[in-house]
Amino acid sequence: MLEATVEMSQKDKFLSHFGMIDFSFDKSPFKEKRKEAEDRLSNMEFPTSKTEYWKYTRVNKLIRQEYILGEQELSSEIDLGVPTENCLVFINGYYSEELSWTKSEEGIDFMPLSKAKEGNQPLADRFDQLSKKEEIFSTINSAYHQDGVFFHAKKGKLAESVYYVINISAGEKAISNPRNMVIMDEGSSAKMIFKNLSASEGYSFTNQLTEYFVGRNANLEVNKIESESDEAFLISNDECQQDESSQFKINTISLSGALLRNNLNIDLNGSHTETWMNGLSLLHGKQHVDHHTLIHHREPDCVSHELYKTIADDASTGVFNGKVYVHPIAQKTNAYQSNANMVLTDEAAVYSKPELEIYADDVKCSHGSTTGQLDEEALFYLRSRGIGQKKAIAVLLNAFLSDLVEHIGVEHLREEVQAVIDEKYSGVK
Amino acid sequence: MLKIKNLHASIEDNEILKGINLEVKPGEVHAIMGPNGSGKSTLSSVLAGRDEYEVTEGSVEFLGQDLLDMEAEDRARAGVFLAFQYPVEIPGVSNINFLKTAINEAREKKGLEPMPAKEFLSRVKEKAKLVGLEGKFNNRSVNEGFSGGEKKRNEIFQMAMLEPKLAILDETDSGLDIDALKVVADGVNKLKSPDNATIVITHYQRLLDYIIPDYVHVLSNGKIVKTGGKELALELEERGYDWIKEEAVNA
Repeated sequence: MLEATVEMSQKDKFLSHFGMIDFSFDKSPFKEKRKEAEDRLSNMEFPTSKTEYWKYTRVNKLIRQEYILGEQELSSEIDLGVPTENCLVFINGYYSEELSWTKSEEGIDFMPLSKAKEGNQPLADRFDQLSKKEEIFSTINSAYHQDGVFFHAKKGKLAESVYYVINISAGEKAISNPRNMVIMDEGSSAKMIFKNLSASEGYSFTNQLTEYFVGRNANLEVNKIESESDEAFLISNDECQQDESSQFKINTISLSGALLRNNLNIDLNGSHTETWMNGLSLLHGKQHVDHHTLIHHREPDCVSHELYKTIADDASTGVFNGKVYVHPIAQKTNAYQSNANMVLTDEAAVYSKPELEIYADDVKCSHGSTTGQLDEEALFYLRSRGIGQKKAIAVLLNAFLSDLVEHIGVEHLREEVQAVIDEKYSGVK
Repeated sequence: MLKIKNLHASIEDNEILKGINLEVKPGEVHAIMGPNGSGKSTLSSVLAGRDEYEVTEGSVEFLGQDLLDMEAEDRARAGVFLAFQYPVEIPGVSNINFLKTAINEAREKKGLEPMPAKEFLSRVKEKAKLVGLEGKFNNRSVNEGFSGGEKKRNEIFQMAMLEPKLAILDETDSGLDIDALKVVADGVNKLKSPDNATIVITHYQRLLDYIIPDYVHVLSNGKIVKTGGKELALELEERGYDWIKEEAVNA
């Protein structure tokens, strides 16, 4: 008789982390969505070095680690310092009522997803519609997500408050699957901030997914601040669908974390939409930050702007892969894509791959990608006017980033990001 | 003020300056003329502190200090100003912030507080008038999208703001039409004082119709081969540079 030894595959080992908790508490239809995702997972594998979509980002070191589902409370105090009336805080994917505060605004639903799942019809109608069913991390999130935010701006509502969502990784080896849903009804407008923070050192893994439905003539600005510990792993899937005449802007600001992967997918589902996809990445140490964006122009007369910039210092690596897909029907599309990178050392690198796929003939599309060092001529020009070397470098890096900082439509956040830039590049005097 | 002695400089092992001697005193205007490739721009680059050039021999003293031992920014703070032949475009840095930073960096090194905003702005207003730039370029990025003439006027504007002791104008007249040339020259003349000095580097004599030099030096093959008064510039305009080269060879 042969003795059969069953060795768990890497995927099963990874998924076993979630076996400790029963996620089937959801009611219909959410329960079924989880089950569907779980079933899909049985036929999926993690990407390898041969997977084109993950060419420059190896997930091996991320999926090989041991994880635990983290605590629901913080063991130490954390200063969130958020100057807004509305902030929901999640610890390791779980809602923290203690750390959250809200001030109700008529026409806005702002609550934990778990609460909205108890009978909110707009959520039930849309949940998990936009997530990529063939993408393994999205599917893991769909199967095993804990909590997250549910935001809903009703018809014609112009939100006055800025809505903050903070996800905190706390404790070593913590793994979480935060899940968010944002619904903008016709003619509504809102600004949101999503922040990822760490409350402790040591590695952690956050695998988050957010769906955005931006209705007819609605306007949504999303600012994502990725600012976890230097050992943290973060995978973020953002899925947006825009209806006719809507506007959507998303600023992704990557400041720290060992490995960050942002997948941003936008579907233009109506004509006359406008979209801004912006990314500002300030890399240091051995950080690896990968931005993959895809926008589908499926209707005529839409405009999209894309601007991603990276400053790669030390031995960091940046990746930009932006794809613009213009469908045959999408005449009069205007799509602009630009990726500019500054590499400050010999060990740092940025891989840039802008892609245009155009199947309509009456469109204006452009893309550009530049990667280089600091402009030595400009540096000398500044120095020749009496500006010291370090200050001159700071001035040039600031100038490089200034248009992206301007895109942040929330003043105190703009100041906060500017302060990070100033501190990071002011150098020691 | 400035004493250049036996200055030799090379770039990538090519010797460009082969023994320059020049003394500039406060209140003086010196013109350095010469054909292309004679070393004019190298001289201005070496004085301003460009790293690509290697000084192999000689010395430069500026107000009693060893200029060659100073970083470019320290030379600027000590009062050396180079008006660039090709002013650099710096997208994203506004003219006004650029100047504010430059002025306040210099003040900080001298242990002074930043210049009060009101004083700074009134100085901007006053000096911009000098070169006909009133309010026009303050919020535009440094030199970005400027015409050739605007760039050169901006150089003189910066010079006016920084109030250097020694200004080196490197081919400031190149590419300028007559109106821009007059504005630039007019600006330089108004900034002249008994305490500061100007070195005008140029290929052509025409700028010297407007900025009257006390001395004209002819640079050829890395050396000053002839020195004279302002009439030398006119002679060069008429006869070209060949006779100077011959004289130098025969000497």
